[in-house]
Amino acid sequence: MLRIARKEDMTGLRAVGVRIAAVLLALLASGLLILAMGYDPREVVRVMWSGMRTLKALASMIRIAIPLAMAALAVSIAFTMKFWNIGAEGQILMGAFAATAISSVLPEGTPGALRILLMALAGLAGGALWALPPALFRAAFRTNETLLTLMFNYIAIRWVEYLRCQLWKDPAAMGFPQIAPIPESAHLPQLLGVHIGWILVLVLAFLQWVFLRRTKKGFEVRVVGESEKTARYAGMTVGRVLLFGVLLSGALAGLTGMVKLNGTAFVLAERLAGGDGFTAIIIAWLSNLSAPVILVVAFLFAAMKQGAGWMEGLAGIPSALADTVQGLILFFALGSEFFIRYRIILESRHRTERKEAHP
Amino acid sequence: MGGPVPSAECPAIEMAGICKSFGHVRANHNVGFSVRSGEIHALLGENGSGKSTLMNILSGIYLPDAGSVAVRGRHVAFRSPRDAIAIGIGMVHQHFKLVESMTAMENIVAGTGRGLRLDRQQARERIRAFSRRFEMGLDPDKRVHDMSVGEKQTVEILKVLYRGADILVLDEPTAVLTPQEIGRLFGILRLMRQEGHSVIFISHKLNEVMSLCDRVTVLRRGETVGTVAVADCTTSRLVEMMVGRVVDLSIDRPRVQSSGLCLSVRNLSVRDEEGIRKLDDVSFDLHHGEILGVAGLAGSGQKELCETIAGLQAAEGGRIAFHGNDILGRSPRDIIRLGISMSFIPEDRLGMGLVAGMDIADNVMLKDYAFRPGLFLDRTAARKKAREIVSRLSIDTPGIFHPVRKLSGGNIQKVILGREIDLNPKLLITAYAVRGLDIHSSYTIYRLLNDQKVKGVAVLYIGEDLDVLLELCDRILVLFNGRVTGIVDARSSTKERIGLMMTGETPRAEGWQVPLPVPPLPASNACPVADRLLSPDSDRTMPAGPDGKGGGPC
Ligand SMILES: Nc1ncnc2c1ncn2[C@@H]1O[C@H](COP(=O)(O)OP(=O)(O)OP(=O)(O)O)[C@@H](O)[C@H]1O
Ligand SMILES: [Mg+2]
Repeated sequence: MLRIARKEDMTGLRAVGVRIAAVLLALLASGLLILAMGYDPREVVRVMWSGMRTLKALASMIRIAIPLAMAALAVSIAFTMKFWNIGAEGQILMGAFAATAISSVLPEGTPGALRILLMALAGLAGGALWALPPALFRAAFRTNETLLTLMFNYIAIRWVEYLRCQLWKDPAAMGFPQIAPIPESAHLPQLLGVHIGWILVLVLAFLQWVFLRRTKKGFEVRVVGESEKTARYAGMTVGRVLLFGVLLSGALAGLTGMVKLNGTAFVLAERLAGGDGFTAIIIAWLSNLSAPVILVVAFLFAAMKQGAGWMEGLAGIPSALADTVQGLILFFALGSEFFIRYRIILESRHRTERKEAHP
Repeated sequence: MGGPVPSAECPAIEMAGICKSFGHVRANHNVGFSVRSGEIHALLGENGSGKSTLMNILSGIYLPDAGSVAVRGRHVAFRSPRDAIAIGIGMVHQHFKLVESMTAMENIVAGTGRGLRLDRQQARERIRAFSRRFEMGLDPDKRVHDMSVGEKQTVEILKVLYRGADILVLDEPTAVLTPQEIGRLFGILRLMRQEGHSVIFISHKLNEVMSLCDRVTVLRRGETVGTVAVADCTTSRLVEMMVGRVVDLSIDRPRVQSSGLCLSVRNLSVRDEEGIRKLDDVSFDLHHGEILGVAGLAGSGQKELCETIAGLQAAEGGRIAFHGNDILGRSPRDIIRLGISMSFIPEDRLGMGLVAGMDIADNVMLKDYAFRPGLFLDRTAARKKAREIVSRLSIDTPGIFHPVRKLSGGNIQKVILGREIDLNPKLLITAYAVRGLDIHSSYTIYRLLNDQKVKGVAVLYIGEDLDVLLELCDRILVLFNGRVTGIVDARSSTKERIGLMMTGETPRAEGWQVPLPVPPLPASNACPVADRLLSPDSDRTMPAGPDGKGGGPC
């Protein structure tokens, strides 16, 4: 018989051990699966390694990792407060929408740097405003923010779809329902082969860490997350702290949208967020809401995504199998967190016999 | 009736060479002790000496790093609490784990049924049988949220007995009980001993250990100091074993020239969220250089009094003046800024006042981080302060960056009190400051409070132990059901009188005096304390039986 008991005495070092074991197991299982499907895992590894080694591949992984990391940094601020913001997807879109809107009203001759700066500000504002209603409702009426942030995603998606098909339909696209691309002067400049978003991410990760660990406001955010009662006791106004933290979280997500728009997509569409807002939630959790770890995990996720692409493209493995391998790795990663918190007990039969009481 | 057979040769429990470390913290090192059948065995030790850890190992919550556990001569290796209970070891934790909305029976039976439907009638009968056998007087159909703390504890005990435990571990069971409830608990435990059950009893109150237990095992810094029989031992000898040297166990009460009125509360009434009246027309004065004690059964309005003064709870009526200025309705932060410090140690110790997941340095900042200029936290100052507090209160921790959650119960409290005193308050409110603290630390706290008093701080000390209240305080205010039944001079009052007042009696017998007349504030027009002395509301008071029973809050 199997049974589950809470582990009360896990230490940090052992937790790291479990996580490493999980990664190894995931690779082993993936290898076995590939083998079972009639492919040679060694060949796959060889092909993938040769693809991955190139600088171009590295650049493309970083490009994927940038929005993932930014969005994860964003949601982890809200998660620190135990405000379950699962609306990053919508906030990303609304950030990109606000950036597009600003860009469209700027005169054509606006210098690129100024345009980018204004679009970034618009992105911050767009994301923050989209996070505002759920935060207000939670602060004022204690409504469940999970539902509200989730629903706001769908409103954002439909809104952009409406813009694309009706309001902002680009006449130059010859009937194709598409919003006009942003001018080329607004594209983010490249540095070392990747748009400068990667520098922004590093700076943001540092700032987010400084904010949470070193500033008074960040301290309040952490205390509110631990216990609202204690926060009140320490003289904090819980509603205000909550609002501030969620706005910050939304603003960062909005900026993520702008970076995607100006860095890689160049045109607003409802596919722009592409699930990054949801993947970011998993990344934030796996990283234990720690900014430096988020950078690493986001990169690993990007590598996984990229690797799945190569398996298809280079090693000739069907996309379904590549997706399955991706799922396996995720399964082991999440599973390891379970083993860190619980232990499973295998019970032999004679031990299950319960002693009877004798009243 | 097949009770457990007490056997002379085999001890009920034999633990040997137990080691358990958490990272770098050696909570247990080579600990060994044995418990006989039919004995009540006390486990003593200062805060952080490893008592709870050892008992958590015995009840299967932690796995030991090394060492062996034998139950009735058979070696066992528990992997979860279920293994331990299956072999007859049941632990009652200090924090109750009951479902409030369910009845006693549902709580007791939960998780034991093999099928989906349990035989309620049979279960009820068995619970009744236990209850009769140990004179518990428990109604199986009473809902937990209608129960007093003592009754809840009875349910916890029955829960483990029902599962067949005949070795009972009680981790600080008396910390939150009233004297009457403690008496009843001891009665139950003595009956269990008669039946051959073994009881392991953890407490910091030595007089309890002396009156209840047969033998005592003392731990110090994770190691066994020794086991002695209570009969040939004295309190001071036990303290010496625990601390490692002789300690002076007297509380002094310096007389301080009062330097004026600090706080005056008039006709304060407070209702909780459900509209139940928690404070009813409370009035008192508190002077600088004075310790005013507050005595009362658990839940008589102590919490509301603290929270209302600290600005965390709205009042329905009345006034609170601090240095003559009305502070009702001010924000908690304003009140902290004025120099009013409130610390309330709740029953779970972590509910308010500390952030469990943060380290000591962070927690030290909690109250005053906002008063420093700039956007950033002043961590250098906080670290320095944290180090000071750790050394001054001899807090047992691997470092100031250790999360508070991982400290032992007593050390957690020292962090709170250390911080509050460090804020240099003008008014220090402290509720249940020594809940769960070891003797040595308790006396450290009394000394710290006296230091504050001598410095001219006004201290409101909400306590449970009447002996301490009588020794430490200048005056004692007694609360019953949210009303003040009287304010007495602690130097001339007795435990019995205060005990009576705690159950609602307003004393008018000889020796009773109005210690300090409470003059009305300019704007308020009545002197309620004096009023009540003249005409005690008999309808609000509950008669206490001669044995002190039946006097609990209804
Ligand atoms: N889960 C844990 N993780 C890390 N350290 C722990 C943990 N539990 C206990 N400790 C440490 O082990 C030591 C012993 O703690 P324990 O709770 O057993 O003490 P105790 O004797 O019960 O003290 P108290 O009387 O204050 O309750 C303490 O230093 C404590 O900080
Ligand atoms: Mg303990």
